Amino acid sequence: MTAVPLGMPAFPRAAESAVGDPVLRGNLRHATHTIRAKRARAVAELDDWARLRAAGAAVKDRTLRHLGHYLEQLEASVTAAGGQVHWAADAAEANRIVTGLVRATGEREVVKVKSMATQEIGLNEALTAAGITAYETDLAELIVQLGDDRPSHILVPAIHRNRGEIRDIFLRTMARWGRPAPDGLTDDPAQLAEAARLHLREKFLRAKVAVSGANFMVAETGTLVVVESEGNGRMCLTLPETLISVVGLEKVVPTWRDLEVFLQLLPRSSTAERMNPYTSMWTGTTAGDGPGAFHLVLLDNGRTDALADQVGRQALRCIRCSACLNVCPVYERAGGHAYGSAYPGPIGAILTPQLRGTATALDASLPYASSLCGACYEVCPVAIDIPEVLVHLRERVVQGGAVTRQGARVTIRPAKGHAAERAAMRAARWAFQHPRALRAAERLASRTRAAHPSRLPSPGPAGAWSRGRDLPAVPAEPFRDWWQRTRGGRQEGTR
Amino acid sequence: MRVALFITCVNDALHPDTGRAVVRLLERLGVRVEFPAAQTCCGQMQYNTGYRHESEPLLRRFAEVFAGYDAVVAPSGSCAAMVRDAYPRIGARAAAEGRGGRLAELAASVAPKVFELSEFLVDVLGVVDVGAYFPHTVAYHPTCHGLRLLGLGDRPLRLLRAVRGLTLVELPGAEECCGFGGTFSVKNPAVSVAMGRDKVAGARASGAEVLCAADNSCLTHIGATASRLGGGPRMLHLAEILARTEADGPALAAPARPSRTEGGVQ
Repeated sequence: MTAVPLGMPAFPRAAESAVGDPVLRGNLRHATHTIRAKRARAVAELDDWARLRAAGAAVKDRTLRHLGHYLEQLEASVTAAGGQVHWAADAAEANRIVTGLVRATGEREVVKVKSMATQEIGLNEALTAAGITAYETDLAELIVQLGDDRPSHILVPAIHRNRGEIRDIFLRTMARWGRPAPDGLTDDPAQLAEAARLHLREKFLRAKVAVSGANFMVAETGTLVVVESEGNGRMCLTLPETLISVVGLEKVVPTWRDLEVFLQLLPRSSTAERMNPYTSMWTGTTAGDGPGAFHLVLLDNGRTDALADQVGRQALRCIRCSACLNVCPVYERAGGHAYGSAYPGPIGAILTPQLRGTATALDASLPYASSLCGACYEVCPVAIDIPEVLVHLRERVVQGGAVTRQGARVTIRPAKGHAAERAAMRAARWAFQHPRALRAAERLASRTRAAHPSRLPSPGPAGAWSRGRDLPAVPAEPFRDWWQRTRGGRQEGTR
Repeated sequence: MRVALFITCVNDALHPDTGRAVVRLLERLGVRVEFPAAQTCCGQMQYNTGYRHESEPLLRRFAEVFAGYDAVVAPSGSCAAMVRDAYPRIGARAAAEGRGGRLAELAASVAPKVFELSEFLVDVLGVVDVGAYFPHTVAYHPTCHGLRLLGLGDRPLRLLRAVRGLTLVELPGAEECCGFGGTFSVKNPAVSVAMGRDKVAGARASGAEVLCAADNSCLTHIGATASRLGGGPRMLHLAEILARTEADGPALAAPARPSRTEGGVQ
């Protein structure tokens, strides 16, 4: 995975600046609440949703258990259909392969279908370094690219921008990238969409090379599938001469029949649509129809290591619908950038530390970027128990232990900065194992309660708590003392 | 049926009124409740923060302390969920790692016996009208663990609707997390406070005099946020509403929690 942008702060600090930005907060609140309500309605229409969800999880789990088998089948099918398969162990190798393939065509520009995998590996930056310009064609990705910004949502990368901001970006930078924005552009959505259409049409008609990802790969036929709402992806997938698809290993499904499940789960979970507007499927090459050359770059980049983690591997079921982002109270307030990777929100909080490890301060803070409210698990169409994985990864952060890195079993040390916390947890555990000591501590707190302040300066947990909240008052008498005082003779089970 | 009260460490130290209310309520309903004094904490804070090993001895203690009882009542959705949902996971993990001795067995023995208060009233005792009187406007906050891990559903609402004199009003954004989340509240204070403020805004907009929940940790966070913002509805645990009868009269003459003076509804 690409390195975190230099100087990226750990999650709590990055979130703090987002929380303090009222425009961002407003944009995110409006967008996430709108889409979560729509999704709930779309899902409620199906009376077999729970069974579909279980089926989606089961298909993914079974495929992951036999991943090697299905990937080999996929490779054979793609090759037989006239495509070429490349295996990339990490981001650097994937970028090297794609850059080499583009160079071999003699072209200096590519059009891109929105793709999380290429964001994950930082492909655009790698292409730029090789003198190749990548043009994003998804409307939201275009807004991000023109704004010299970073995506902040899996499905709606420009969710943090409002219409006024988008108009300003179009007026300011479109001309630098190609066809300028029309004069007198307003923030009317139809006008903004038309400006993007005109701007992008030039690129579609000119480009000889396209780069895409895929939502699914069907092993039995070597077919790749992209689901999208705008049709720009289909333009990229059909018009150019060369198509390069970069896809994570976990996107393979065994058969076409499995698509039946996912093509119901995905649109309703992501865009709250009953059926996906554009579903494009391509299988190798066909003379006189579509790209004459097709390359599939199969991306590992930490996935087989994640697969070795029995609790964490369920993150690989993810179909990138982003329903978990849209219901997450933390994402809503912290924004996507705070997560410091291509995958923000609850799924990012578990996927990123698995793909990238927990060595950096940011990656070690991601499993804590949740109140464990469970709303993400409730909406996940493939039933990823995100809270369970978060707690599991927290354990990895504070206790260290055995993990798989680049195929080898290694023991990692606890992350730095948890020594005081660990000592406090141990002390608490000790007190909870010694009820007499606990009672003495409670009594002491009660007797001195008149002297307790309502806020304390940072640092420390009490300081962190009392930055925006008063410290709770301590009662005159703990419950267990009241019980003993009033019902001392009935104190069963004492030891 | 031998019934034990698991008061939980937070209630024991910070909200004894809730425990007193549970005892009073259950005794009024004819349940002889016992309080094993060797009980301490379920270990949720340790487990949820990543210190699974530190939570294991607390699981063991919990299972041993409550071994002789048919039912364990806890006035806390999240602590009940810890025992019911997390204990079996902790036991299974320890077994998979070849550690923990009888931990999985202990978890399996105690988990099904633990009930959150509203579950115990509605499912075990089979009562909805507990004979309570509370002449005030109340909004109910369904805490995340009660809502999603225990599936309390409308049990607390049915109990509240049966309380004489009580007017139940809707809480805007009821199913959204209040932002407490145990150590989340100190590890991510900015986001936690922002979530708490939205919850306070919802509680104020509801027009309720009292915000009720089945978990004092969430109420402590919401109340402490409201207090810093200059006040809001009074925070009251479900048990403290259900325990009151007509003989007690109106509740809100007493000072509101979480003030710096002592509360005390009972």
